This record gives sequence, C-alpha cells and structure tokens, in this order.
Amino acid sequence: MAVRERLSGNEAVAYAIKQINPDVMPAFPITPSTEIPQYVANYIANGEIDTEFIHVESEHSAMSATIGASAAGARALTATSSCGMALMWEELYIAASDRLPIVLALVNRALTGPININADHSDSMGARDTGWIQIYAESNQEVYDNFIQAFPIAEDKSVHLPVMICQDGFITSHGVENILLVEDDKVKEFVGEYEPEHYLLNPAEKMAVGPYAVSNYYMETKRGQRQAMLNAKQVILEVAAKFEEMTGRRYGFFEEYQMEDAEYAVVIIGSAAGTCKAAIDEIRNTTGKKVGLIKIRVFRPFPEEELAKALSKVKAAAIMDRSEMFAATSGPLGAEVRAAMYQAHCEAEVVNYFYGLGGRDITVSDFMTVYDNLETMAKTHVVTGMYDYIGLRSGQSEEVMPPKNMEV
Amino acid sequence: MEQTTYNFKEVMSKPERLAPGHRMCAGCGGTITVRTVLRALEEGDRAVIGNATGCLEVSSFMYPYTAYEDSYIHNAFENAGATLSGVETAYNVLKKKGKIKDNFKFITFGGDGGTYDIGFQSLSGAMERGHDMVYVCYDNGAYMNTGTQRSSATPQYADTTTTPAGKVSAGKVQVRKDLAAIIAEHHVPYVGQSTFTSNFKDLYTKAQKAIYTPGPAFLNVMSPCPRGWGYEPSEMMSICKMAVETCYWPLYEVIDGKWILNYEPKNKMPIEEFLKPQRRFRHLFKKENEALIGKFQEEIDKRWEELKNKCN
Repeated sequence: MAVRERLSGNEAVAYAIKQINPDVMPAFPITPSTEIPQYVANYIANGEIDTEFIHVESEHSAMSATIGASAAGARALTATSSCGMALMWEELYIAASDRLPIVLALVNRALTGPININADHSDSMGARDTGWIQIYAESNQEVYDNFIQAFPIAEDKSVHLPVMICQDGFITSHGVENILLVEDDKVKEFVGEYEPEHYLLNPAEKMAVGPYAVSNYYMETKRGQRQAMLNAKQVILEVAAKFEEMTGRRYGFFEEYQMEDAEYAVVIIGSAAGTCKAAIDEIRNTTGKKVGLIKIRVFRPFPEEELAKALSKVKAAAIMDRSEMFAATSGPLGAEVRAAMYQAHCEAEVVNYFYGLGGRDITVSDFMTVYDNLETMAKTHVVTGMYDYIGLRSGQSEEVMPPKNMEV
Repeated sequence: MEQTTYNFKEVMSKPERLAPGHRMCAGCGGTITVRTVLRALEEGDRAVIGNATGCLEVSSFMYPYTAYEDSYIHNAFENAGATLSGVETAYNVLKKKGKIKDNFKFITFGGDGGTYDIGFQSLSGAMERGHDMVYVCYDNGAYMNTGTQRSSATPQYADTTTTPAGKVSAGKVQVRKDLAAIIAEHHVPYVGQSTFTSNFKDLYTKAQKAIYTPGPAFLNVMSPCPRGWGYEPSEMMSICKMAVETCYWPLYEVIDGKWILNYEPKNKMPIEEFLKPQRRFRHLFKKENEALIGKFQEEIDKRWEELKNKCN
C-alpha cells in the first residue's frame, strides 16, 4: 500500500533520495534547494542511509565532485538552484559529454540580476543546451515521481546522460501538499542496483575520462550525445510505463488537459499549470468554450512531433515562458513550440507570453484573459507582436526599468 | 612503506606509469615530476590520476590515446581538487559496500595556474575536507599551456607575455604567492616542497610520504619549462640545483604542523646564478636594472630567514 503523507517538494525529493540510497552526494547550500541536502544530511546523521555527503565549498565543486564520483563508478547526485547552477555551467556540459548518469535536483529560481530567490525558469532554461535531460513537475507528487524515475532513465545503456529533475522554487519546494509515497522496497526494486560498465575503479579494466579531442573527434562526440538524447525519448516512456504499473500514475512527455476538443490551448511548464487548469474548468463550466492545456513534462529531449500533433487542431495557442531570453521572437519554450508547429504545418495563431518572472503570481483571471485573447486572435487572425508580458506592473516597460538609484 | 635507503638505479628501473609517446616538450619539467611521483607508488597499488587542464592534460590524453598506465580523469581547469574528492569518496563508499577490493591511491596534478590561481578554492576545499589524496602542483611559474602568461606563482620581474619587460616595465611587479605555506596552514598531515636535485631522492621520498600518509597531502614541485623560462633542455638540472643553492626554492616539509628544512646550502649562492641562464630574467642584467637584482635577493633572504625560523 502506498503511504499517504504531507510533504513539501523539497522533503519529497529528499525522501526519494533516502529511498534510493545513492552512493555520493556533494552539495552546497542555496535557497530554495538547501533543504534537500539538509534532509539528506539528517538521514546520514541518523544512520538511515549509506550515502557519503561531500561538503563542497561551491556549486562548481559540487558538480565537479559529482562528476568525479560518477566517473569512479558511484551513483551520484546533487541539488541546487539558480546561481548555484549558473556556477556549475561549465560542469554541466562536461557531465553530459562524459556521458555520466548523474541526477540533479533543481529547484527553479530566477538568476540574479537583480537578486531574487523566487520561482523562475531562467536557470534550467539557460542550461537547455548543456546536454542534460530535463523533466519538470507541476506538483509535489510529480517531482517525487519524476525523481524516482530519474536514475533508471539516466543509467539506461542507450542513454547514459545526466538528468535534471526540476520543480518550482517555493511554490512546490516549500509548499506542503498531500502526497502518495511508494513503499521503500518497491522504490529499491524500481531503481535497482547501479552496475556501471566502465568506471575508474573497475577492478577489471583501467579507464581514462575527459580527453582533449581535436576537431577530428569533437563533432562525433556531439552527434553521439544527440543520439543518446533521441534514445532517451523511448526510455523515458518505458520507465514511465513501468512506473504506471507500480503506482497507477501515468506520465509522458507532456500532460494534455481538456485537449480532446480544444480550440484554444495554453502550453506551459511547471506549477502554473494548476492555476491554468482551474481557469479551464471555470471557462468550460460557465461558457462552454473549448479551452485546453498542454503541460510540458520533458523539455529535453524535446517532444517536437508529439507536441505538434497535439496542437494540430487548435485555432490559437499561447505558449507561456517563465524565463526571458531576450530574443526577438519569444522565450525558450515559445521558440521550440513554434518551430515544432511550423515544421508540422500547423495553422494555429500563436502568441508567446512571459509570465511569473522572479516569482510574480499568475492568477486564474490572468489565464482567462489569455484564453480571451486567443479567441480574438483566432477570429481576427491578427497577432499583435510575437510576444507579450502578463502581469507586468506597467504596460510601459520604461516606467519600471531601468532601475534607478534609490532615493533616500 | 617509505624506503629508508634510496637506490637511484633501483628507483629508475621501476616500471613507468606515464608511458612514452605523450606530446610534452623535450626538457619539460612537468613530465619529470609526474614520472617521479608515480614511481613512488608501490607496484601492487592501483591509482586514479587526476589532472587540471593544462599542458600535461592536453599532451598526455589526446583522444583516443592516453599515456597513463592507471585510471585517469581530467575534468576542467579549476577543479582538480574537487574532482578527485568525488573519486576518493566514491572509492570509500564502494569499498565499504564490498564492491571494490583493490587498494587505490588518488593523485592529482595541476600546473601553477590551475593550482595557485583558478583552482585554489577547489584545492583548499579538498584539503580542508580531509580526503585521502595527494595534490601535486607542477609549478613552472606561469600559464605555459596558453603561452606563458603571468600567474600568482610567477616570480617577481619575470618577463611573461602578460607582464612583458619593456621600456617602462621590468616584468612582473608582484612577488610570488607562497602556496606550500598556505596549504600547510590548512593543518593537513603532509606538505612538501621539492624540485629535481640529488638524483631525484628529495622528490621521490616526498612523493612516497605524500602518497602513503593517510589524509590530504600537497606537493609543490618546481618544474622548469624550457619555452616559458628560456633555457636549453640540457640546462634544466643545473637550473634546479641553483634554485636550491640560492635558496630561491628551498626544500622543506611540513609534517603534522612541524616544519622541517631538508637542505641548507653551506654557501648560499647569489641569486644571479639562478636568474642568469633564463631568458625570462635577461632584462635584469641590463645596466639600468641592476638594482632590481638586489631587490630580488632581498626578497629571497627575507623568505629564507622566515622559513628557517619556522623550521627551528
């Protein structure tokens, strides 16, 4: 029987780590992910797990030591947020190109400039080209479930890539929700014993990791990583199917909510999907308008074809980004979804919205406005601008920025 | 583990753990440091060798060839300490779980750029945490891999590509950072400073102690660079000898906090003997720069006295 609990997202991830009992966890404190290593340190202090904690002096060293441990043959993981991940940037690429099945518990938070500790996807979206698999969650239940699926995906022989399990800072990381926990023995069996094929401490062979590769070889390395990313699509679905068998909870590349007959769709990542669902229910109940939602779970590998298919019948779509990339066209999700729809010759009108940057709230009524806008766009075939902001304090951006010196 | 008597012939006939065929320069001190340190491993013991990015890394592990007879990991420039921390911790866990039976030693090499400068924090963290590993800095006093840029290990007045001697410049302005002393202040069980003298006895025995002392150990090895320093490969050994005889590079150890001077020259040679054969100090011998040699000598004398006081 599954265990009913009330846990925050951070507690849920830490609990999954306890159940997996990994070998090595180097970590460095940063809000809002700090609690994860704290909980793990407590499990260790009380003899509940065998994991060795490395008290590194920075996030760069956290990922460096995780790479060292993983290359040595250990199941290794770390946790971080925001600037912590930015400091790891160089190492994220190295972990992926070394093909190490590392798992990173990422609690999404805005990158500094100005400093801000709240939910925002600029950290992981900035790392979207590093070669990591990225899986996002709407709720505490999802982040827990995703975490249990992470190592089986990463360690699959046809994948061998690092995996980032992302959740929204504070919204899920600190928000306490009811959650169903899988029994310890079932998790243990599901994740399995880690048996690497090639590793530094292998008694049967010696190994060298991290070569200098000149132009004769570099390109093939990248093509190899792409292949692993392509292979990961199948593996992610297989692991999800096994997980469904165990728990009854179903996961794919994305969740479709009221999409069967939807004419107007929102595409979104993370916790704001819950707010959007509430708006959909209200709209459908009060007006009968056919509104729906696609909530992206897997951003890398990006499910391009599947997504385009799911959006093939809508009249208008709003793609919602929780991070800026200062491109002329859109944010990162906007760019990917638009490209997928263009390639599939989708005819829907598409707009990109920036919302919730630095933890700004998005409300049910905001989503109702989004659906109203989509209806207008579908009718008039006029989309004013490639992107827009939701919930910006002033419509005229120059009034809020640039920041001026504080007046005393 | 430590040999009480040093037999040069015997030590040199031990199997090489850095295979020939790597691409380091003729007359490179870094390679000699690596070979001497690795020779200090007991033959039955396995090792994982770490390496910061630098000449050594790009010349000894160019895909698809490795020059190492042991398992080896290069990660990046600034994180050799942290990377080997991870490897060593993995070893402890896997050993505890019964997944590994062999004994492994953990030795990482970094140049002075990767050790004194960009990798300083990572090294400091690894030393403070107490991992059972040896960090070996092959100190050639500049960023040689990128073409002799100044580091915090570069001696004062050295002509480097970012501190060129010119009409109004006499080379690097600042004096060297004393890294071995800084690591000693981490209260690690073993720190040694060495270079190539006395048939490599000094370096070899220090490497043995560093490898077989439980806990973190640090070796700072002056490893000349023919391209950056400007000398003929055949002159390397005499340059090392002069570095020691002038007290520019004193040989010492810090064992559990106790400072030990390993060699005190009977007649301390003037610093010119070390500076003269090197192109990077050529400008100091111009008439107008004579005073600078005096200042160089003053710094050497000051540090030598400080060291002797610590060792008493």
